Amino acid sequence: MNIAVCVKEVPSATSAKRLDPSTHRLDRSGDSELNPFDVHGLEEAIKLREAGHEVEEIVAVCMGRENAQRPLQKALALGADRVVLLTDPALAGSDISGTAYALATVLEGQNADLVILGQQASDADCYVMAAAVADHLRRPLVTQVASLSLEGGTLRAKRQTEHGYDVIEAPLPAVVSVSDAINTPRLPSIKAIMGAKKKPTDQVSAADAGIDSSRVGEAGAQSVVRSVSPPPAKQEGRRIEDTGGDSAGAIVEFLAERGVI
Amino acid sequence: MATIVFMDHDEGAFNPNSLGVLAKAASLGGEVTAFVGGSGIDDAWAGGLGAYGASKVLVADDAALAGLPQPLVDALEPHAREADAVLFGAGVVSADVAAGLAARVGSGINCETTDFRLGDGGAVAVRPALGDTVMVESSFASSPAIILGRANAFAPEPTGSGTAPVERVEVTVQEWSSAARMAGREQAETGGVDITEADVLVAFGRGIGGPENIPVVEQLAKALGGEVAATRAVVDAGWTSYSMQVGQTGKTVSPKLYVACGISGAIQHKVGMANAGVIVAINKDVNAPIFEFADLGVVGDVLTVMPKLTEALAAR
Repeated sequence: MNIAVCVKEVPSATSAKRLDPSTHRLDRSGDSELNPFDVHGLEEAIKLREAGHEVEEIVAVCMGRENAQRPLQKALALGADRVVLLTDPALAGSDISGTAYALATVLEGQNADLVILGQQASDADCYVMAAAVADHLRRPLVTQVASLSLEGGTLRAKRQTEHGYDVIEAPLPAVVSVSDAINTPRLPSIKAIMGAKKKPTDQVSAADAGIDSSRVGEAGAQSVVRSVSPPPAKQEGRRIEDTGGDSAGAIVEFLAERGVI
Repeated sequence: MATIVFMDHDEGAFNPNSLGVLAKAASLGGEVTAFVGGSGIDDAWAGGLGAYGASKVLVADDAALAGLPQPLVDALEPHAREADAVLFGAGVVSADVAAGLAARVGSGINCETTDFRLGDGGAVAVRPALGDTVMVESSFASSPAIILGRANAFAPEPTGSGTAPVERVEVTVQEWSSAARMAGREQAETGGVDITEADVLVAFGRGIGGPENIPVVEQLAKALGGEVAATRAVVDAGWTSYSMQVGQTGKTVSPKLYVACGISGAIQHKVGMANAGVIVAINKDVNAPIFEFADLGVVGDVLTVMPKLTEALAAR
């Protein structure tokens, strides 16, 4: 079987995050990284291969900028066999709906029995991509999966709801999004990092993928940002740097001052 | 403006987030239709949504609609195509249905919505973004506008005591969308400590390293006269029980003091505890989102700070 893992390039945790005031798009000029939630998706694909399922190929599928290469090298070092990068100026400014359509169109061509997404992207806090992609692909869906197993062409997934846990079975091909608690991703070895450079990256344009350009990008966006404003003012919190537990006295003082001890 | 509110429910109880969005939509004036999909729906129960402002309730009752999202998209789709806006409260099933519907009908979707307007100019939705550092207001280029609320953003206050008329609708489910099946459910265990009643909570996340360090958290909670709570990630990982979980799919708490130990403060956690009186966060990652909304942020090793703090409290 083949597994496709959707991955996203996001601003790194240390970059200041801001919206460009003129385009209302996320400013992506700073350092970037592989969306940390997607690392759990890659790890799960590798675990399925290690569990003895005949996984012929793990392909990482990314829609992003042409210079998303560094985060994609990480996806390869973590265990993807190949990367497909969908990149095109026409895709810039796509909303959730346009992105889901574009990703699904690329995934159609990958012959994947299982499509795995992370639970959300760390930049947009969007946690609905898997459900939208599954509907485009007309495939069964399980989101927020906390444990996953495969048996004879059927997946079995446990996921948390507001009431406890549901256990859901679905025939392959299927789409899942995985919780960040599903596994503890490994760090890539030096050998894997070096090996990643030899793995193939296919770069495709919107036209190559057969994407209808009127449905993507800013022109195709169905959700349109009208304005961006600061949130209601809130009192800034106090900050202490601790060394060896030396903050304990100051914490106690703060709690006493606030009348909570 | 024709508005539909999707009503998530489980075991005969509506999701409070769905009720909150219904009440908010009704408060804006105009007719609001509630949509209830499921198996074995009682008309009188569904009609009771009149008390939250529904003018009419559509009931889609079919064995295929028992708990999984994709068949619900099938059931909702024909009605959504006639509407100007389809609204959802926060919820695991609601989010899946909202996004599936957006893909199906080619609409825009606004997630994490904390406010919205409905009117002749079209629907407008507001959401906090980038770690709640900006408020983004969006409109929609086509109908229906699909709006998914943030957890606890809309209070489920009844607006009256009326009963709404119920209309049973046809359900046609596609083969692929009913291919997944519910193989089993584990209800949340009941009993034990009710963390929603505690004045002081000491909560932990994966930053404490492993379940072997939970006693260190318990000792700090004891020194503060409080109870222990946890994040979704440590519950999903099996370190502790679901009844201890704070956040979107767990409990909503508002203690006088909330001490977050090794918790990054993802939005799913924040929505369950942001109303705590005083929030103290201990985390080694200076970029953790929790420092954006903690009253006191301690940047340091949580396993070093917790025992020292327990000692200092004992010495008072």
